[in-house]
Amino acid sequence: MTAAATSRQRMRSGSRARRALLWVAVHATAVAIGVMFLAPLAFMALTAVMTDRQALTGDLWPRNWEFGNFVDVFSGDMVRWTVNSVVYASLSTVFMLVSSVPAAYALARFRFRGRNAALVVVISAMMLPPQVTMVPLYIVWSRFELTGTLWPLIIPQLFGDAFSIFLLRQFLVTIPREYADAARVDGCGELRTMLRVVLPMAKPALAAVALFQFFYCWNDYFRPLVYADPDHWTLAIGVATFRQAHRVEWNLTMAATLLTILPVLIVFFLAQRVFIQGVTLTGVKG
Amino acid sequence: MAPGSLRVPFTGTRTGTAAARARRRRRLRVLAFLSPWLVGFALFFAYPLAATVYFSFTRYNLFTLEYIGLDNYKYLLHDGEAWTSMRNTLWLIVVLVPLKVLFGLGTAQLMTKVKRGGGLLRSVLYVPYLIPPVSATVAFVFLMNPGTGPFHTITDRLGIPLPDFFNDAPWAKPGLTLLALWAVGDVMIIMLAALLNVPQSLYEAAAIDGAGAWSRFRHITLPTISPVLAFSAVTGVIETLQYFTQPMVAGKVASGRADLPGTQYSPGYPDGSTLTLPQWLYDQGFRQFNMGYACVLALVMFAIAMVFTLFLLRQFRAFAGEEAS
Repeated sequence: MTAAATSRQRMRSGSRARRALLWVAVHATAVAIGVMFLAPLAFMALTAVMTDRQALTGDLWPRNWEFGNFVDVFSGDMVRWTVNSVVYASLSTVFMLVSSVPAAYALARFRFRGRNAALVVVISAMMLPPQVTMVPLYIVWSRFELTGTLWPLIIPQLFGDAFSIFLLRQFLVTIPREYADAARVDGCGELRTMLRVVLPMAKPALAAVALFQFFYCWNDYFRPLVYADPDHWTLAIGVATFRQAHRVEWNLTMAATLLTILPVLIVFFLAQRVFIQGVTLTGVKG
Repeated sequence: MAPGSLRVPFTGTRTGTAAARARRRRRLRVLAFLSPWLVGFALFFAYPLAATVYFSFTRYNLFTLEYIGLDNYKYLLHDGEAWTSMRNTLWLIVVLVPLKVLFGLGTAQLMTKVKRGGGLLRSVLYVPYLIPPVSATVAFVFLMNPGTGPFHTITDRLGIPLPDFFNDAPWAKPGLTLLALWAVGDVMIIMLAALLNVPQSLYEAAAIDGAGAWSRFRHITLPTISPVLAFSAVTGVIETLQYFTQPMVAGKVASGRADLPGTQYSPGYPDGSTLTLPQWLYDQGFRQFNMGYACVLALVMFAIAMVFTLFLLRQFRAFAGEEAS
């Protein structure tokens, strides 16, 4: 064997060892980060099934598994908060779709003067902090005597949501024009073309905006805090006050917290791809 | 180019009146599709923005309105809480936002290297982002409390001292930063998509030229994904300007006060360290009903947000006119 061959061989085996080492390093880091990300959820779950006495100790592992805690949580106002959250999130989502889809369609499909200006306005509205316009809007809703309820948050969804319009428009421009043109040649009106031809192709984007809107409302804290009286409190507000209402019962607080997370997790695992695609759609083009 | 002229190739052969009628119909159609949003824009964007400017010159508590000129603006200069909140926001922009972007980039880069269980890892890192912020905050205040929190239990056994995050003024913002890093999911996914978009051929060419891993990252990856980095940083700043839920809930839960009868919470616990501009606006406008002054704070927020939005708009303009062919 020549010297050159052995050195080449040594190099190859050296790079194989290095690659193996890299593989181990990458996967060890991945596991470590994964464990760190799961730890909070795991400790929440473990605390949620402790007795209230044990939850006040430094124990990590429950002595008696009190699954009844998840039932006890509902003894208070939890049912009402859940109903309020569901009503608020579902109505907002339906109203948003009805009003935002045509606007997004127009911005993506029609050529008209001021279209780019309209798009700039949509992006600006999307970026506007909700707190900026809160005072005058509150004053208006108080004139209609709707403060105290969640209607001031639901009704505006009938008039388009900037984020949804933007996201839908980004998707709709990627659908080839030929489909819509063919439908038009066949004598379809613009509304029928949108409903029958374009929207069925935009199902992933529609699902994404609907899910985002639903969970935006489900997670919303600031706006219900401004408007809702205790009868109209949502889960988000309720959970934030839970620990005070229940003194220091961390176990029940964690159980309630987990219950607010559960629907989000279920939907995520059912519709993972929709979420990931939606997030990508908002960011990648920037 | 006249609006719509490309869409009807045979306009020339039609009579003038028919073409005019078609153009009017198209204009009406655009208006019809856009009308809900146009009304919404006027009612929920343009009007309240103008009204905010008007109310900022008044003293208004929902019942009596009094014009007071620039007094609210003068008060802003002496309002220590407003300046505290702006300092806190600046801290978050300088520390939290870059950390989150870097962490998002790091986890995404890791994801591109993971061969086994990549899908699982992606879900695990993404899910905390979906958790309602209120729930995540309540959980973190519990997990990181020194008496009974599991994190302290573990670090105590390992002999590592851990601060009392949400009850100790210098540690409250670092505590919120950890919470924000846990919710890195959206940034991570955007970065991952950007990294996967970098043409593989560039890496191969660089590898042939003998470029090392760092040099490939520095000269190929970074320049290609820099627009996405900028986008994440700017949206991160705009989100930070609106930072409300996490500091508010952390303060409430850690201090043990809430919106129950007999308990009043002034935002910022502990010691003003978590006070942000939107919380102060909420306190002034909706707890103290100094609505005129709250409008001044709103305009400050608006001005800062606008600067960053203009930056984003410049990025978006590149594809504003782009369309499928």
